[in-house]
Amino acid sequence: MTAVSEAVTSSAMRTREATVRRFALTDTIFRTATRLSAILVLVLLGGVAISLIAGSWEALSKFGFSFLTTESWNPVTENFGALAPIYGTIVTSAIAILIAVPIGIGIAVFLTELCPRPLRRPIGIAVELLAGIPSIIYGIWGLFVFAPFLQTTVQPFIISLFHGIPGLSSLFAGPPYGIGLLTSSLILAIMVLPFITSITKDVFDTVPAVLKESAYGIGCTTWEVTRRVTIPYTRVGIMGGVMLGLGRALGETMAVTFVIGNAHRISTSLFAPGTTISATIANEFTEADGELYTSSLVALGLILFIITFIILALARYMLLRIDSRTGA
Amino acid sequence: MSTAASLHQRRKRKNAVMMALCVVAAGIGLAWLALILGALLYKGLSGVSLSVFAEMTPPPGDAGGLLNAIYGSIVMTIIGIIVGTPIGVLAGTYMAEYGRFSRLTTVVRFINDILLSAPSIIVGLFVYELMVRPMGHFSAIAGAVALSILVIPVVVRTTEDMLNLVPNALREAGTAIGAPRWVVIRSVAYRAALSGIVTGILLAIARISGETAPLLFTALNNQFWSSNLNAPMASLPVTIFQFALSPYEEWQQLAWTGALIITLTVLGLSIFARSLTGRREDR
Repeated sequence: MTAVSEAVTSSAMRTREATVRRFALTDTIFRTATRLSAILVLVLLGGVAISLIAGSWEALSKFGFSFLTTESWNPVTENFGALAPIYGTIVTSAIAILIAVPIGIGIAVFLTELCPRPLRRPIGIAVELLAGIPSIIYGIWGLFVFAPFLQTTVQPFIISLFHGIPGLSSLFAGPPYGIGLLTSSLILAIMVLPFITSITKDVFDTVPAVLKESAYGIGCTTWEVTRRVTIPYTRVGIMGGVMLGLGRALGETMAVTFVIGNAHRISTSLFAPGTTISATIANEFTEADGELYTSSLVALGLILFIITFIILALARYMLLRIDSRTGA
Repeated sequence: MSTAASLHQRRKRKNAVMMALCVVAAGIGLAWLALILGALLYKGLSGVSLSVFAEMTPPPGDAGGLLNAIYGSIVMTIIGIIVGTPIGVLAGTYMAEYGRFSRLTTVVRFINDILLSAPSIIVGLFVYELMVRPMGHFSAIAGAVALSILVIPVVVRTTEDMLNLVPNALREAGTAIGAPRWVVIRSVAYRAALSGIVTGILLAIARISGETAPLLFTALNNQFWSSNLNAPMASLPVTIFQFALSPYEEWQQLAWTGALIITLTVLGLSIFARSLTGRREDR
């Protein structure tokens, strides 16, 4: 009797042990798989950096530091410099941010303070849908609808308005092409607006109600509460949102490629066609013949990667700071 | 008394002006959305016909459709999702479940957020160096890999966020009846976070179905029907890019129609994705 029951228990123990061991094994396998996937994300970014450095090595070793300071971009003589695309990228993104930030903050104030509650969600969703529209749509709209409109109405007006005023007249000079730096900036402003708006709205929502109510309680107007309480409280978060928008604007490709005009030169006029780093790569990469040409384009990509990496890292750092504050 | 009253008037006036400007800003934002959608509908709808979905992209100056481009987009999007989703879900699982407080998670989250907004043309260059150059030719599979790299950060982010929302009591209940951790994750955490994870995948589809830049020099383009993954393949966005910049009216019309198709797809997907999580929040 005892021998039988011992045999039963020991066989039950064995199967139980085997099950536990199997569980442990599958758990280890699953955990390793998830861990490897997480590490793969890091590997991806590292791989991007390494492949860009390797691909641009030829151009960088030939031109060295002067690659950054040369304006000429001549595929025939194989003399390449990145100054014109860098200039175009920075100018268009800067103007886009200057336009989009006040409007974005305005919409965020509208959504958090003024908008009737039932409209809040639909309008918020509509703004976010604007963020989801692919950039090529903005490009085709910019080329066929927006640029002709600027060319026939806005640009001639501005040219005649500032004619003869030193400084402004050279900033807005030249034949109204429709396409060019200013058009690209405006399209970029439309594109980054939803990002800035939704992040600003999110950080506005983190302001403790007590703070705003006490300001209202001493008789502040809505604007004073926004200006003196909400915006100072959320400054870091807004900066993070702006940087995130800037990162988008710097790297935006298709919308700009349509309306920038792809001209490798630096012009003082905002109406003149120009180029950006991403537009140059998109326009010329498949047609680039010769190792040096391709390598120079990859080098442009490397510059863009470094600039956006720094901007986006700053953005995330700022947004993390506001996150940890609300968590505490 | 009169200065106090005028100060009050001034403050009220300033408030009214600034608030009016905020309303104007919101009006501008919505007007732009309306203008873009309006132009798309107006120009795109006039070209919608059965031949768009039944015929190949035409040679210059001819009538035709977008069938091969639509097919190419669907194929590359599906492969991109199939490759990218498991990696993204697993990485998100690690960050929310096994390594919620580990250092690796903090680093991965930071890098993932950067990948999420990194310029997609850089991903195109990366895949060009990684696949196209060693293989010696453009191919649909390279395009799909580029898209999958864009899928991963979106899925990682939503998976982690959604798993973090699952109450710990659920996991503890699973562990208390003796289920090993991965069974708890699979049959408790995943099930509770399912709609959120699906939302992430839908958003990823919406994101990559309109992407042009990473396909330009990976999948290239193809004027003819091709189902060979090892050869260049047409895609809707690249076709739109090529046709819109061409001087031919038929091509430009097809570009508008294609743009309308993409926009409706993307908007439909994002609204559907939102309705999934929206219902969750209400509950």
